Amino acid sequence: MNHDQAKAFVRQAVQRVVPGAEFTGLDPGMSLRDTFEMDSLDFLEFVEALAELSGTELTEDDYPALDTWDGCAARLVGEARTSVQGRRG
Amino acid sequence: MAEFTMPSLGADMDEGMLSEWLVHPGDRVTRGDVIAVVETAKSAIEVECFDSGTVKALLVDEGTTVPVGTPLARIGTTAEARPAESRPAGRPPVESPPASTPLVRRLAEDRHVDLAAVHGSGPGGRITRADVEHAEPEPESAPAPEREKTAPTPRPAKPARSDNSTGERPAPGRVKSSPLARRLATELGVELSDVVGTGRGGTVRAEDVRSAAAAEGARRPVIPDAARAATARLMSRSKREIPHFYLSTTVDMAAALEWMHARNRELPLSARLVPAALTFKAVAMAARKVPELNGHWGDDGFVPAEEVRLGVAVSLRGGGLVAPALAHADTLSLPEVMAALKDLVARARGGRLRASQTADPSLTVTNLGDQGVEAVFGVIYPPQVALVGLGRIVERPVAVNGLLGVRPVLTATLSADHRAADGATGARLLTAMDRLLQQPEEL
Repeated sequence: MNHDQAKAFVRQAVQRVVPGAEFTGLDPGMSLRDTFEMDSLDFLEFVEALAELSGTELTEDDYPALDTWDGCAARLVGEARTSVQGRRG
Repeated sequence: MAEFTMPSLGADMDEGMLSEWLVHPGDRVTRGDVIAVVETAKSAIEVECFDSGTVKALLVDEGTTVPVGTPLARIGTTAEARPAESRPAGRPPVESPPASTPLVRRLAEDRHVDLAAVHGSGPGGRITRADVEHAEPEPESAPAPEREKTAPTPRPAKPARSDNSTGERPAPGRVKSSPLARRLATELGVELSDVVGTGRGGTVRAEDVRSAAAAEGARRPVIPDAARAATARLMSRSKREIPHFYLSTTVDMAAALEWMHARNRELPLSARLVPAALTFKAVAMAARKVPELNGHWGDDGFVPAEEVRLGVAVSLRGGGLVAPALAHADTLSLPEVMAALKDLVARARGGRLRASQTADPSLTVTNLGDQGVEAVFGVIYPPQVALVGLGRIVERPVAVNGLLGVRPVLTATLSADHRAADGATGARLLTAMDRLLQQPEEL
């Protein structure tokens, strides 16, 4: 998974929770929760969707990193690298 | 013989539109089965049946708006059950004996049709709704029926089905549609006459408008007129009639969050809790301990509720507010509260609440903390007498046992009806809630 693929997963996960969420021109450093007015239940659903789409296990400790589009992508890419290294090891 | 009537699905509901029948005459139903979809100004609601037996007759056509309490169907008990009527399956009765006659009269009034001049094509020469519709000589000059007022300018409809024999053909000049469908069409910028209706007789339903909007990619500004108006009416009534008083307290959330995080770490995502599950459960248990604030204000004063039905204020995307209820919120386990909360919010926003989720909350909680504010002093939903407002959980310097530390804290407020209770009673509720959150394992 590269950064762009990860960002696509984030977009799909947000759109599953907030249908029609518009990502065109979105600052990747902006808070997703604030931008799309997600409450705590929405955010949990988003994390569930993101974990399912990307095949990544996400814990509560990851939540702060999942605040922005870029932050989410970085977390997913980091996970992908870890699992590649894991398989090699 | 039992009657299935138009239910009251909230304090602000006077009438509803029978949007869709999910049963046909002859079908067997069991108490609790969802048998119809009713649309109010705010949303579509799945309505459960309160009797078991066989559907004898559907008294109201799909697409008809009737006052709360109007009989919609007759249900025979098992002993009374007879074989299904000879009407082809999938077709509701176009007209049924006595109960629907007023509807035909009203339709005739709306359309300025003289019933004496209409030939009845129903059994025994009865005048049916279709007869009245077909008797309309100049549809363009006819005043629009009351419930069409919010619709975009109707253009002559292309009937989805051109089968004259059904009696369900839409009259020229109007699009058969539900109020919610019309509201959505206005909000989403969809031309109602361009939408293919999938309801009986080509009735355009809310789902059809959503599909059409998605297909068009139409994302225009949302102006939720009907929902806004419903909220406006209820809140104005509240401020007019209820002498509110307000209390506020700061709750240390360290113990509750620590317990929740430890629990969540061991569980899959789908079973994890959010802080609202804990705070809502604490409010519900506190309401049980202070029954003076859990109930309704009526003509004879305060009437305590028999159970805690916790109303949950849910903001709709694009504006508007609904407050469906979590039944027995004080006795549900935390995972049950969490699951019920997820279901409630998803249904409220998806426009598919269950009737059992909308009836008579005994006390409401609003959790505006999720939207970032630290405190909310809400307006009570009449006829309830109290509303608890929860703010955002924020880290603040707090003195604990003589030492200064940084702790997560929550501002909890109470808006209460001074006719029903005094400040001391309100204080007991907030204090009870605070105490419960200090022992999260007991929730």
